[in-house]
Amino acid sequence: MSGDVNACGCAGTAATPAKQAGPGFWASGGWLLAALPAWIALYLVLKPLADGLAFHLLGLRPGSRLGEAVAFFAYDGPKVLLLLGLVVLGVSFVQTFISPERTRDLLAKRTGVWGNLLASLLGIATPFCSCSAVPLFIGFVRVGVPLGATFSFLISAPMVNEVALFLLLGLFGWRIALLYTITGVTIAFLSGWVIGKLRMERHLEAWVMEIPFEASVDAGGALGFSARLNQALQATRDIVGKVWLYVLAGIAVGAFLHGYVPAELLARFMGKSSWWSVPLAVLIGVPLYASAAGIIPIVQVLLAKGAALGTALAFMMAVAGLSLPETIILRKVLRPTLIATFLGVVTLGIVLVGYLFNILM
Amino acid sequence: MKIEVLGTGCAKCKLLAERAEEAARGLGVDFTLVKVTDYPAIVARGVMSTPGLVVDGVVKSQGHVPTTAAIQEWLR
Repeated sequence: MSGDVNACGCAGTAATPAKQAGPGFWASGGWLLAALPAWIALYLVLKPLADGLAFHLLGLRPGSRLGEAVAFFAYDGPKVLLLLGLVVLGVSFVQTFISPERTRDLLAKRTGVWGNLLASLLGIATPFCSCSAVPLFIGFVRVGVPLGATFSFLISAPMVNEVALFLLLGLFGWRIALLYTITGVTIAFLSGWVIGKLRMERHLEAWVMEIPFEASVDAGGALGFSARLNQALQATRDIVGKVWLYVLAGIAVGAFLHGYVPAELLARFMGKSSWWSVPLAVLIGVPLYASAAGIIPIVQVLLAKGAALGTALAFMMAVAGLSLPETIILRKVLRPTLIATFLGVVTLGIVLVGYLFNILM
Repeated sequence: MKIEVLGTGCAKCKLLAERAEEAARGLGVDFTLVKVTDYPAIVARGVMSTPGLVVDGVVKSQGHVPTTAAIQEWLR
């Protein structure tokens, strides 16, 4: 198989070389003191600015379809991008302390249920990119992380994405963010546990266990504050540079739905009363590949328009957690039976969670 | 000096290869740059997150793209 599958959702388009930080106050993080208040001020004036643009500058009528759609886009677009920038910066900084190697070594010592639970939790914070899925998978399995725990990690890492988490927190509040986290971790935990119990080690491709392998050690141990901050800044530039267009596209779709689609229509298709809405949302979401950041604005509008919470969450998890490109990449290490089991178990888990929330809420 | 860039061809890997070459040229050292793109070879070097940078057989960085200046430190 060719090795040029370029399917990672992670950053990469940055062409600007990172600036070199001198030892000065500003370069070593002092600029944050100025940037943060500016960020907050901008965030606070967004709403009046957006309304002013839509209803005064463009002369659109409040309450009209176009007016509401434009005002929504003008407010949500910059808002989500501002949130995204701050969130990615913070998360990238924290992640300079957490490496896949450290996670792997923590997991190698645990067996049984605790391994699955720990793997699901570490999946939230450990930096992960689906284009590294294969080397990461092999690295885990070869140092003795149980197959089930490895899957718990692989499911949790993209689905309970830390960026998605903070965006949910910023846009929906802590209840939904917490709900999403707990649910995602639970699905990752249970799916990994089931796969572990099925003892599917023999469904790995043979080369996974046969090739010569040497466990690497954590390379980024002793970095200073400004080096970490620079690394985080660069990651922020990379990630935001890569996803901003998708985020805006997501918000544009959201704005259209917001202005033009009547609430009753969505409520009929995605509301509680239609039992088939959850599996349908998941089936549509699984092959789709979008970063969680791009899908959240759409979910926001779906919810506002009367979609049931469980259905909306299930859709988001299916889009963020499973994807066709990642499945193709994993096929290099997993035989078809194991791939099918992985997809089946996770899909089933997401559907069940969707129903659960629709019943509870 | 042998510089290896490990990665399956994602944008970050290309960026790393560019920076590594820039760094080596800037120092004027004698070097060969090899892009390692197949999984078994990447795994054999113990790298779990791409892109990875290996200088004379030693893994210098993985999972992110270091700055040109940082790469030059490793090439000296």
